[in-house]
Amino acid sequence: MSTAAAGAIDHHHDPTTSTGIPNKKLLMWAFLASDCMFFGCLISTHLIYRLHPPPGVPAARQIFSIELTSFSTFILLMSSLMMALAVNAIQKGNLRSMRASILTTILFGSIFLGCQVYEFNNFVYEKHLTITNSILGSTFFTLTGTHGTHVAIGVLWLTLMYVRSFKPSGPEAAKGTWLLLSFVHLIVFAATLVLSMYLVLHFTRAAQASGFSGGTCLSFVGSQYPAILGAITGFLALRWFAQPRGAVDFDQHNAVDVEMMGLYWHFVDIVWIVIFTAVYLLEYIS
Amino acid sequence: MADALLKSEFLGEDDHGAAKTYVLWRPTVKTGLMSWLTTVDHKRIGFLYGISALFFFLVGGLEALFIRIQLIVPNNHFLSAQQYNEMFTMHATTMIFLSIMPLSAAFFNFIMPLQIGARDVAFPRLNAFSYWVFLAGAIILNIGWFINDGAPNGGWFGYTPLTTRLYSPNHAIDMWVMGLQLLGVASIAASLNFIVTIINLRAPGMTMMRLPVFTWMTLVTAFLLVLAFPAITIALVELMMDRLFGTNFFEVSNGGMPILWTHLFWVFGHPEVYILILPGMGVISEILPTFARKPLFGYPIVVFSGASIGFLGFGVWSHHMFTTGMGTMGTSAFALTTMVIAVPTGVKIFNWIGTLWGGHIVMRTPMLFALGFIWMFMIGGFSGVMHAAAPADAQQHNSYFVVAHFHYVLIGGSLFSLLAGIHYWFPLMFGRRVSEFWGKVSFWVVFAGFNITFFPMHFLGLDGMPRRTFTYDHNMGWDTGNMIATIGAFILGIGVGIYFTVMIYTFFKGEKVGKDPWDARTLEWSLPAPPPEYNYRVIPTVHARDNWWYEKHHRAEVAKENAEHARAEEAHGGIHMPFQSIYPFIAAVGVLIGAIGVAIVDPDPGPGLIGKKLAVSLIGFVIMFVAICLWSLEGNGGYHIHPKAESET
Repeated sequence: MSTAAAGAIDHHHDPTTSTGIPNKKLLMWAFLASDCMFFGCLISTHLIYRLHPPPGVPAARQIFSIELTSFSTFILLMSSLMMALAVNAIQKGNLRSMRASILTTILFGSIFLGCQVYEFNNFVYEKHLTITNSILGSTFFTLTGTHGTHVAIGVLWLTLMYVRSFKPSGPEAAKGTWLLLSFVHLIVFAATLVLSMYLVLHFTRAAQASGFSGGTCLSFVGSQYPAILGAITGFLALRWFAQPRGAVDFDQHNAVDVEMMGLYWHFVDIVWIVIFTAVYLLEYIS
Repeated sequence: MADALLKSEFLGEDDHGAAKTYVLWRPTVKTGLMSWLTTVDHKRIGFLYGISALFFFLVGGLEALFIRIQLIVPNNHFLSAQQYNEMFTMHATTMIFLSIMPLSAAFFNFIMPLQIGARDVAFPRLNAFSYWVFLAGAIILNIGWFINDGAPNGGWFGYTPLTTRLYSPNHAIDMWVMGLQLLGVASIAASLNFIVTIINLRAPGMTMMRLPVFTWMTLVTAFLLVLAFPAITIALVELMMDRLFGTNFFEVSNGGMPILWTHLFWVFGHPEVYILILPGMGVISEILPTFARKPLFGYPIVVFSGASIGFLGFGVWSHHMFTTGMGTMGTSAFALTTMVIAVPTGVKIFNWIGTLWGGHIVMRTPMLFALGFIWMFMIGGFSGVMHAAAPADAQQHNSYFVVAHFHYVLIGGSLFSLLAGIHYWFPLMFGRRVSEFWGKVSFWVVFAGFNITFFPMHFLGLDGMPRRTFTYDHNMGWDTGNMIATIGAFILGIGVGIYFTVMIYTFFKGEKVGKDPWDARTLEWSLPAPPPEYNYRVIPTVHARDNWWYEKHHRAEVAKENAEHARAEEAHGGIHMPFQSIYPFIAAVGVLIGAIGVAIVDPDPGPGLIGKKLAVSLIGFVIMFVAICLWSLEGNGGYHIHPKAESET
């Protein structure tokens, strides 16, 4: 498109729609309205049962680890900043910067998810709060788990967008190797991410069990070397995938796609602020 | 105005013609099975919704007849209590979710884009996905008839703890839960699409206050769906968690409260009532002005009362729960809001009467159904206001009086208006018109059968006959009423039979009519019947609320304007059409398999890491995920067509 070459795209106004709002953005707004009701019902369920606790329900304050959750909340908030930077970058046509910001957003989102996995593990095995043994466990795990699922979907979406940004333009696009390459790229990305999270979580557990020392590190490397090698290979492969290979079919015209994803991501963050307040902080009042 | 002819920068690349080769296969067939599986045309998707809805309408009707046969005499043994439970559960679920809602969706799909002067909905492939997921949900709900577990039997309201694992141990309720979840996904996806379409795809000059009322009601209904369905989604998630993973949401011994289900269900359930009736009100608001030969009386008031019904609809749910002991304050508050919501409804009825007043009324079949709607809906409305009085409601609660009330609203209201809509738009959809004689016969038989069935139920209810009991003793004094109701049900069945036989006959052999046989007012009638795939050769420019009437009186001016726009559009490369796609269908197949895994497969921990249940669910998920990936990678490209000017008729 000739206008694309001129780089004069107004990212806030689409002249072809009745209102000037891009269709995709409007769709996401309407969806988020729906999601508000969705989380509203879940959070209400938690608060209602909190008001009417049955006898013998465990005290949430003794179970929660507010320091860890505060940390992961902070990380999630920062991921929103990176998401905003990604949108800004692609609106200016700066693909490299957008990729970097998206990767950081993915990283922060994964840290949040890792904290949640750690937290769930800790609650179930050490604090003995399970999804079945009390109403607190039922509402807590369902609510935060649903939110975690939203974050995981967000991470998946970001990953897909990242991989998509390597789709070639021109004659390469018609050949189809890129399609196969994209799928391999996606699978490698997901595998590396999961493997890294696994390693970090296990290392944390090992360090907690026997203190953080050279010996712990060595025995950890000794016992987990296949996973470590896998993760390293994964990172090298991802580095290879990220090499520039000519023109790509991803530019300012895709800004609305990134922005739509960003709206979702910010919304999920805002929901977490509400959950953090209503589920965690509320227990520390008085 | 010329803006409407530009290419959106927000659509990504726009591939001209078939010059480019595609890695991802884009189907182009226009006939045969494949063309229906891959269609993204809103009119075809409308037909798919319509045909499914009519099929399930017959299924639900059959279930109703079984219920009436069982109740014809006291102590009848036509059905067992268990079968009776399945019948009334599936009758309600089928009629609400699988026939009235999709029939409305059929009209939303077919009519709404035409009324706003658009060439398709905003997201054509998402629209196809909505339909296929709807079908998947319908299959999950009905699969129980064919397997040992039986059909869902917990009532359409699924009250806990009756539906918890303890009291409903087999998969029947799981199917009901998953079926409704899928229908929720389908409804929300479709509604998001309609919201964006109505807000963003209006033809130049089509301001919000020039939208046809049917389109307005589509918008309000879409918002209701988007905001109300999450409540039942969460309720169903909690029930599913209780059933599959042993959580305590509704487990009383561990602090769960079944009343929570009741609240969440009705937070959805009452807006759902308006989801069922508002499209009907829209249809009526189209038909009355056309056949009264004058514009709708008080258009803004009709629109705003529709919108305020939508708002207030979220604040009345607890009137379904007056007998649960909410306390005086809660009960009075909900009694008041329930009385308040009768006001905008009454306003609409007065506006319809105002439309008829002083008009040159043409008594064609659609008009007959529309007038029947006003009368029958009013009866249902009046008994509704009676329920708003909490002390009276405490007496009527769970009795046949309630059954009579909501059938007057759902059949006399929703169904009559949708049957009127089918008659009204049939010439546009198929270019043929139903014979007046047989149309009127079907109306009078349906009308008589409906009243003979449901009017006696008012008396049965006030005489204390409870809902949902599979039989009664003959000394209760309910014999005559039930006998009459069952006879009426068969008359109603015959009426519906005549209606559909006539429709099928008309589809093949009916009188051929040209464009605009009713001399109607709205834009869709400016199209040839049936409308071409691209709808409008030239996107119309809207000058008035009843724009087609305006165009008929300003032919020269409109022709000049259109010729100009046609040239401008040709200069931009012709009419842009979206490519067809198979991925929405494949994604829905994945959803279906996953839902079968969750709902029906037994959780048997096999020798391996993954049990059979998890395996089937995961396979479904992977199919869905891959389909969605390919869906997004293929992009929303399209091609251009250059139609010749249609001959003026």
